[in-house]
Amino acid sequence: MRASLRTRLQTRLRTKTAILIAVLAGLHFVLLFAGFFAPYDPTTQNRELPFAPPTRLHFADDSGFHWRPFVYAWTSAPASDQGDSYKEDRGREYPVHFFVNGPSYKVLGVYEATLHLFGVAEPGELLLFGADGYGRDEFSRVLFGGQISVAAGITATFITLLAGSILGIIAGYYGRWIDESLMGVTELFLSLPWLYFLLGVRAFLPLHLSTMRTFFLLTGVIGLIGWARPARMVRGMVLSSRNRNYVLAARGFGGSDFYLLWRHVLPDVFGLLLTQAALLIPRYIAAEVTLSFFGLGVSEPVPSWGNMLSTLQQYSVLVSYGWLLAPAGAVVVTSVLYSSLSDVIHSRLESH
Amino acid sequence: MKLIARLTLQVCLLTAACFAAAAAPEAAKPGEELARMADISGHYGGHLTIGQRSEPKTLNPVTVTDAVSREVIGRLMGDLIEINRSTQQTEPALAKSWKTSPDGRTFTLQLRKGIRFSDGYPFDADDVLFSFNVYMDEAVDSPQRDLLIIDGKPMQVTKLDQYTVRFVLPRPYAAAERLFDGLAMLPKHLLEKQYREGHFAQAWSLNVPPAEISGLGPFRLKQYVPGQRIVVERNPYYWKVDRENQRLPYLDELVFLFVGTEDAQVMRFEAGETDIISRLSSENYNLLSREKSRAGSQLADMGPSLEYNFLLFNLNDLSGKKLDEVAAKQAWFRDLKFRQAVSAAVDRESIVRLVYGSRGAALWGNVGPGNKLWINQTIPHPPRSVETARQLLKSAGYSWNASGQLLDAAGHPVEFSVITSSSNSQRMKMATLLQDDLSHLGMQVHVVPLEFRATIDRVFQSFDYDAAIMGLGGGDADPNPEMNVWAFGGTSHLWHLGETQPATDWERELDQLMQQQMVTLDYAKRKQLYDRAQQLIAANLPFIFLGTPNILAGADARVGNFQPAVLDPYTLWNADELYVRGPAQENAGVR
Repeated sequence: MRASLRTRLQTRLRTKTAILIAVLAGLHFVLLFAGFFAPYDPTTQNRELPFAPPTRLHFADDSGFHWRPFVYAWTSAPASDQGDSYKEDRGREYPVHFFVNGPSYKVLGVYEATLHLFGVAEPGELLLFGADGYGRDEFSRVLFGGQISVAAGITATFITLLAGSILGIIAGYYGRWIDESLMGVTELFLSLPWLYFLLGVRAFLPLHLSTMRTFFLLTGVIGLIGWARPARMVRGMVLSSRNRNYVLAARGFGGSDFYLLWRHVLPDVFGLLLTQAALLIPRYIAAEVTLSFFGLGVSEPVPSWGNMLSTLQQYSVLVSYGWLLAPAGAVVVTSVLYSSLSDVIHSRLESH
Repeated sequence: MKLIARLTLQVCLLTAACFAAAAAPEAAKPGEELARMADISGHYGGHLTIGQRSEPKTLNPVTVTDAVSREVIGRLMGDLIEINRSTQQTEPALAKSWKTSPDGRTFTLQLRKGIRFSDGYPFDADDVLFSFNVYMDEAVDSPQRDLLIIDGKPMQVTKLDQYTVRFVLPRPYAAAERLFDGLAMLPKHLLEKQYREGHFAQAWSLNVPPAEISGLGPFRLKQYVPGQRIVVERNPYYWKVDRENQRLPYLDELVFLFVGTEDAQVMRFEAGETDIISRLSSENYNLLSREKSRAGSQLADMGPSLEYNFLLFNLNDLSGKKLDEVAAKQAWFRDLKFRQAVSAAVDRESIVRLVYGSRGAALWGNVGPGNKLWINQTIPHPPRSVETARQLLKSAGYSWNASGQLLDAAGHPVEFSVITSSSNSQRMKMATLLQDDLSHLGMQVHVVPLEFRATIDRVFQSFDYDAAIMGLGGGDADPNPEMNVWAFGGTSHLWHLGETQPATDWERELDQLMQQQMVTLDYAKRKQLYDRAQQLIAANLPFIFLGTPNILAGADARVGNFQPAVLDPYTLWNADELYVRGPAQENAGVR
């Protein structure tokens, strides 16, 4: 009876994990091939359409229902007393087509391509999430911005866990003064006010850094300052597994340090690292968003979720153009998915 | 025990101060020469609240440098001659009349008789002499000192009798009477001791007790609460009366609330916590006009301001500074064709539309359409043309590589950064548009937002920048305040600061024109000179002019006589005439 309950719980957990991983994989796939899924280039300005609201998808017109959705173009009436106001120009319909040719982009940063999942004929515009203050397509920017933000989260997590586990293992396994000094350093790192520190550091860097250099600097910095917490956890795990009987036995048989670590200690730490990764990725995405929000991340016109949100620092934009909150929605969805994943990984490790 | 007693006393006094009614206006005394505002009427009573972006730094009118402090000080102090912000012409103020000698060097001012400072002490020629002594004293280091020292010689001020003062300038100076606006007359009886002891700069800090500060403005200091507000109350001795010979100002009090940011100003106004708001961005202006709760408030679009925003290339002399990278790029920036190409590629219409929400004007020169008296209408307004820009670059020896990147004659790609203050969202937006515009020429432009002070430091001190987006002007319509920008060696001669002699012929001519217009008294002749100066500037593009925002302001429906202007201070210049309509009249009490 008990066994069957446990099996059922485990099956459920397994399905949940599978679903979460599939959704997350889907999300990353879309971001990875943003050029294909985004109908427009994220930096192209359409100066006729500043702050255009999201385009509405229509299925029915005077002649009845259509299976193929279509859109109307926005016409703007500038300088009315209340700012730009947009109306649908009902004169012409622009059906949505799939697998169309459009602006060129690079797949994985290498291959040039022009194929897009969907689009409408010019001069129609398909602005799923509306447009920003320069008339740039917010949907395309969310996808391309996600590339930077999520890649920053993952890379920084990798750096953190690599540094954290190496230092944690060294401290835990060798103990004594190495342990004490390393743990002293972790305390220092845990207590520094990082945001202010980074704001200060930026002032000393050269005026202009290319997008790539900013990105690596950003991920490097986020990754390196976060190593303290995982290092302490790993150290704890290593400390406890170091004195397990099978480790002691292996040592008695003449196993080298490297053998012991690789064969017996690391497998114990691995689960912890996985849970930590799922926890840290959304946290580091948020870190990138925070830094870019304050102007320390990649700069215009390249989008990232953080620098897109920074326009919302203006009160008038925040209360007038709700669709510009789309990147915030993307951050929330990604974070929820990752923390649920971290939960299920944790539960599965517990149940083993 | 003593301490508690003292604290209790202080609390009582403070509370009493908060609830005490403002002093009633004094009845006019015989022989008091008051200024009558023939077309002004209103009601006594009530107070208005204004949100300020930051806390003022000082109440000292001689050493003040920031706009926020000036907004408060301007209400407390009076000038000899004023510029009417609405007509942009000079008007008699503390001087009831003045005469100019035919050579334009001597000004004889008749002061109003019998008028008093806000503490009731009489005002006469001795106060004028004292004030000018202080302004011209090198040790006090007043920012206005430069205006009063002409050709290195100070203006001579002599007292002819108790109410007559003569000013002799070292040489003719056009529109010299405009200089008097903004020079507050100081109470000798309160400040002389501090001045003699050599610590005038420390006088009248924000903590000054209200009894120790007085002026000739419509209001006087009542209370300062650090971090929160400054309250000023009616000056009962003010020297202006309205149509019915009632002494101004109408308001009992003006309250300046320190709210922090432009957004906070808007939110406070939206919530009805403040009554007057100025320097609105078009987005916020549109927001307020959409806002239902603010229905009926008076929103005003006064048309283009006198400010000009521009792209500035670093043409400074960098020898001796370790800035080789910048110096290498200066070869491009010094090339007139390069600057012309940049100017031709800038989409000014988009700047007006996207940056100013169509509430602004494009600029091709330093004088915009807001300055009707001085604008040179013949300056061409070429439309944006990427083609022209490319032709210009080609003729200057530039070429493009296979990927469309612009290369200079030596084959180096044209790449530079533009710095701008991150707190100014309008200039940030201009930079992003500019970046896109110039990418059509194959130029790689990087936008670098910097903290305001860092931007100023790089442009004025270290010269460590390629290009910058800045804004200047806005003070007065007259060309004279522009001297420090266009005359060589000026403190805002931004493209080439600290020049020892004009680097080019057109700079030499521009300098001569500016010097000449300053000593020419005839408007038509002066206009001719300044027209030529504008022409030189537009043709040689030391700045690439971009645009100017409209002056947008708003006031609660209750505010009477609200009359914003395009000159600073936009909304409070006639604070003495503002009044509260409606229910406040009933609350005003018996007067």
